[in-house]
Amino acid sequence: MIETRQLTKRYGELTAVDGISFKLEPGRVLGFLGPNGAGKSTTMKMIAGFLAPTSGSATVCGHDVVDDALAAKRVVGYLPEGAPSYGEMTTRGFLDFVAEVRGLKGAHRTQRIDDVIERLHLNGVLEQPIETLSKGFKRRVGLAQAIVHDPAVLILDEPTDGLDPNQKHEVRALINAMAKDKTIVVSTHILEEVHAVCSRAIIIAQGKILADATPAELEARSRYHQAVSLTTANAAAAKEVLSRVADVAAIEIDPQDRRITAFPKPGKQIFGAISDLLKTQGIQVSELQLESGRMDEVFRTITQGEAKQVQA
Amino acid sequence: MSAITTIFKRELSSYFATPVAYVFIVIFLLLAGTFTFYLGNFYERGQADLLPFFSFHPWLYLFLVPAVGMRLWSEERKSGTIELLLTLPVTMWQAVAGKFLAAWAFIGIALVLTFPIWITVNYLGSPDNGVIFASYLGSFLMAGAFLAIGSCVSACTRNQVIAFILTVVVCFLFLLAGFPLVLNFFGAWAPQGLVDAISGLSFLTHFTSISKGVIDLRDLIYFLLTIAFWLYASAVVIDLKKAD
Repeated sequence: MIETRQLTKRYGELTAVDGISFKLEPGRVLGFLGPNGAGKSTTMKMIAGFLAPTSGSATVCGHDVVDDALAAKRVVGYLPEGAPSYGEMTTRGFLDFVAEVRGLKGAHRTQRIDDVIERLHLNGVLEQPIETLSKGFKRRVGLAQAIVHDPAVLILDEPTDGLDPNQKHEVRALINAMAKDKTIVVSTHILEEVHAVCSRAIIIAQGKILADATPAELEARSRYHQAVSLTTANAAAAKEVLSRVADVAAIEIDPQDRRITAFPKPGKQIFGAISDLLKTQGIQVSELQLESGRMDEVFRTITQGEAKQVQA
Repeated sequence: MSAITTIFKRELSSYFATPVAYVFIVIFLLLAGTFTFYLGNFYERGQADLLPFFSFHPWLYLFLVPAVGMRLWSEERKSGTIELLLTLPVTMWQAVAGKFLAAWAFIGIALVLTFPIWITVNYLGSPDNGVIFASYLGSFLMAGAFLAIGSCVSACTRNQVIAFILTVVVCFLFLLAGFPLVLNFFGAWAPQGLVDAISGLSFLTHFTSISKGVIDLRDLIYFLLTIAFWLYASAVVIDLKKAD
C-alpha cells in the first residue's frame, strides 16, 4: 500500500512536486502520466526513499519513507529512470549483489534469483558485463533487480522506455502477472500503456494532480467518446446521411485519409441509428467503428488546458 | 554491518573487473621503486632501512590516491547508480563507509605488494623491522586520509577530472600544513593559536613521526579522526547534492 499526503518537493524557487496526495491499495496498478518535467520522477524518487520531501509525507506499507526509511526501502522494489546498473558487473553478479544487500539468504536467494532470471529471460546474458548488453536487456536487468526480493510495492519509472514492441508486450505481461497481490506505480508517456497495464491513472503537470481516474473514465472525457467513424467511397452521400441523424452534433472529415467521424450530442448513443440509416440508404461502407475515446486527446486537453490557466 | 560488507565486496571486485586496478598497482609499484632507488639512493646510502622508500610515499599518494578517490561518488552520480544504491535498504553511513573501505583496502593491496623491497632490505642487512612495520602502518593511514578527502570532493561533482584536481589541491594543503609555504600565509594575519592548530594538521608531520618507529596514539587518532571527519562530510554532501 502507498499513501502520500500533500507530498511536496521544492528546489529553491522551483516547485517540482506540489502537494500530491493519493492512496493506492494492493492489487492496483497506478499509471503516472504527464509531460516531461511534470514531477513524475521526482514523486517516485520520494516514494522510493531517494529524495526527502520538502514537506508532506509518504508511507509504504505503513512505513514512513523518512522516519522509517530502512523498513520502507525493504518493502519497495524500484526501477530508477534509465535503469542504471553497475556496468562492469555481470548480470549474475549484479543480481547477487542486490539480493545480498536486500538480505536474501541461502536457498531462498538462489531460488529468487533463478525466478527473476526465468521471468525476464536473462539466461543468455548471465555472465556478460552489463555494459555490453543491449538497451532492452539492460532494462530487463533493471526490472529483475527491482523484483528480486518479491516486494509488496513496486515503483517503475518508465519501465518500457527503449524496448521494442515485443519486449514492451512482455514487460506489460510481467506487470499484469504481478499486479494481483502487489501495489504498483508505473510512469510512462506511452498512452496505450495505460490501457494495457493500469487500473488507475493520475495525470500530473507542473507538480499537481490534474486528473485521477480509471483509463475508461479518462477516455470518456474525450470528444471522441461514443463517436462513430467510417470510411466509404461515397463520402458526400455518407455525410448527408449522417447529418440527418438527430443526435449527431458535428461531422468531421479527416483531410488525409478521408475518414468521416460523427460526434454525438452529450450523453447520446448514435451508433445504432447511423448503422441502420446507412443500410436503408444503401451506402456501402468499408469500415464502421464505435470509438471509445482517444487518450492522447484527453491528455493534451488536460495538460495543456491547465498550462494555459496557470499562465493566465 | 552486513550491508557494509556486501558493498565493500562489490566495490573491491569492481576495481579488478576493469583495468583500473592493474594500471594503478603497476604504476604505484614502478614509481615507488624508481623513487627509492634513483632519487632515494637506496644502495648508495649503505643503510639497512626503508627511509628512502617511505619518504616518497606522501608525494606518490598526492597524485595516485586522488585517482582512486575521484571515481568513488562522481561515477555513481554520473551513471545514476547512486539512485539504485541509496534506495536499497542501506543507510547513508553504510554506503559511504563500504565504498571508502573498499578503496582503502585496494590501496592497501598495492602497498602490501611492495613487500619485495622489505625482503631486499632484510636480505642485504638487518633492519629494524619494528620501524618498517610502523612506517607501513603510517603510510596506510595517510593513504586513508587522502582517500577520505577524495571521497568528499568526489561527492561534490559528477565530473571526475574536477574531482581529481580539487582533491590533489586539498591534499597538497593538508600535506604541507606544517610547512612555511602554508604557515606563512596564515602567520601574517591569523592569531598564533590558529597557526599552531594548522601546523598540527600536517599529514607530513604525523607521518614522519610514525615512520620513525614511534607509534604515538595521538598520531593514530589524528589520522582516524581526519578520515572520520571527511567521511562524515561526504555523507552530508551526498545528501545535499543527490537531487541535482
